[in-house]
Amino acid sequence: MNKYTTIIGLEIHIEPNTKSKMFCSCSQNHFGAKPNSQTCPICLGLPGALPIANKEAINKTIKLGLAIGSKISEKSRFYRKHYFYPDLPKSFQTSQKEDPFCVGGELLGFKINHIHLEEDAGKLMHETVNGEKVSLVDFNRSGCALIEMVTEPVFHSVEDVLLFTKELQLIARYLDVSGADMEKGTMRLEANISLSREIPNNKFTTQSAALITNLPNYKVELKNINSFRFLEKALFAEIERQALALDNGEELIQETRGYDENTKKTFSQRVKADSHDYRYFPEADLAPISLEKLQITNITTEGHEVFQMPELPAQKRIRFEKEYKLSKDYINILVSDLNRSNYFEECIKLSNNLTIGPSAKQIADLMINKNLDKDYPEPAGLVKKIKEITSIEYADGETLEIAIKEVVSENPDIVESYKNGRGQVIGFLIGQTQKKLDGKGDPKLISAKLIQKLHAD
Amino acid sequence: MVPVYYIIQPAEVSSNLGRFDGLRYGSARQSFGEEAKRRIMLGSYVLSSGYYDAYYEKAMKVRTKIIEDYTSAFNEVDGIISPVSPTPAFKIGENSNDPLKMYLEDVYTTSANIAGIPSLAVPSTFSSKNLPIGFQIMGPRFSEETLFEIGRKYHQEIDYKPKAAFNTKI
Repeated sequence: MNKYTTIIGLEIHIEPNTKSKMFCSCSQNHFGAKPNSQTCPICLGLPGALPIANKEAINKTIKLGLAIGSKISEKSRFYRKHYFYPDLPKSFQTSQKEDPFCVGGELLGFKINHIHLEEDAGKLMHETVNGEKVSLVDFNRSGCALIEMVTEPVFHSVEDVLLFTKELQLIARYLDVSGADMEKGTMRLEANISLSREIPNNKFTTQSAALITNLPNYKVELKNINSFRFLEKALFAEIERQALALDNGEELIQETRGYDENTKKTFSQRVKADSHDYRYFPEADLAPISLEKLQITNITTEGHEVFQMPELPAQKRIRFEKEYKLSKDYINILVSDLNRSNYFEECIKLSNNLTIGPSAKQIADLMINKNLDKDYPEPAGLVKKIKEITSIEYADGETLEIAIKEVVSENPDIVESYKNGRGQVIGFLIGQTQKKLDGKGDPKLISAKLIQKLHAD
Repeated sequence: MVPVYYIIQPAEVSSNLGRFDGLRYGSARQSFGEEAKRRIMLGSYVLSSGYYDAYYEKAMKVRTKIIEDYTSAFNEVDGIISPVSPTPAFKIGENSNDPLKMYLEDVYTTSANIAGIPSLAVPSTFSSKNLPIGFQIMGPRFSEETLFEIGRKYHQEIDYKPKAAFNTKI
């Protein structure tokens, strides 16, 4: 195989976790809902129904833009994007084109083109009803708010794509913009892939897009990617397919492809003769939206009056390293789950209140290697447990022997029933022994010594 | 005015009527009348890439100028009076084969649509053939109350008596 430069651009859809849909008051959360149970004249596109823009969805879009350093448009508006499909009831999707809410930006050094807000379409379901093959439409998702981020074609490896998409997912969660769950479809990816024969002289950096002077004259759009694992496999398969085709002197064409997990290959879904004419024009049923109208006046990278920017994953990693001196691996694991990193810091706080509390390293250790945070929903429980594990001094062997001897002679009935085969009474005897030791006995040792004693007698 | 109207209005029509594809409800697309089909075609054309700038966008720019013109006029006056149509009523279907002639019938009424202002058509008198003749009063945005008031006063003044057009043989 010859050497090629891989060029990938991403389109990432994120369903924000708003209460209601983009232009009506139906529920935004449609996961698992009975088909067509969450619809109204607006999201069904019935004649005469008029949209009202969801402010929360706009705010979440802007919040995401601020987190990646986008320029927020002073004045933004919605556009109609036309195409015919049975799951698109108005025959146009209300989306954005000129002046989207967020322009530009950068994440982990990868350049973003823009972020816009739009509505989702319904879902087609191909089923067999009474022996007849039919196509049904579920409109629960129709009109749901959808944030779309479009990157520049700046990715040159599958690893970079994974790094970027995982960080974006994390940011969406930190900002409480979305659960960004690929399996639930609240985060969806489309990748545009092409290979260039141009090999830049410089070693690749994440900003290496500028090193490629000419983009290839085709790109292949990979669709329906619903997990990171799937994304990785599909990208590798498509890059390999393109490289082989180019090696064989084949011409690659503009098309949409899917990935088949059984064959481990991508397959053609739709060949675009030329790009679709969506006949975009400004949506006159929705007034233009100015930042002023949203009461957003003072935008800085730290946020502004409406939303205070929370600590982002990158900042948290730096702080954890400085404050807790944890290893990079530990930091990455803790930061990749906001709840877990909060839990960790709760434990630290509690520990600091103790005279000899467990260290940050001990807490992180038991969370990551033993998953003890799963056993103790409350941080206080974990701290107590760690304290127990690390600071208990058990009663010595001689004291234990004496205690067992006493318990056995004081409870002849129990001992008798144990010998008659009622093994479970041993628990009572352990308890009695522990009582004599003021709870300072090692339960495992007591049990072993007791059994030894009972069988010896 | 008429060219601007017949770019913007069909553009909106082509978009608004897209939902009547007969897939979810209603009749199939062939049920559209000739004029509806004409406007869908015209509207799709002026919005298509390569033509958008020359037609739709240009029309929208002219529209902005028209709105500004009316706004400045209403700084001087409360209302503007004009005819409603350039000819008295014609027979149903009489001009149907001449769409351009039909479009020109709208020469006076399109202004209000383009400028986004209210306009009240006031019946005034009757032609020699007993067909109603009227005029319109255009006012600034949200001036409906004033327009109704002017219309009412006018009818009181001329002691206007409505009559059913078809009581008399034309």
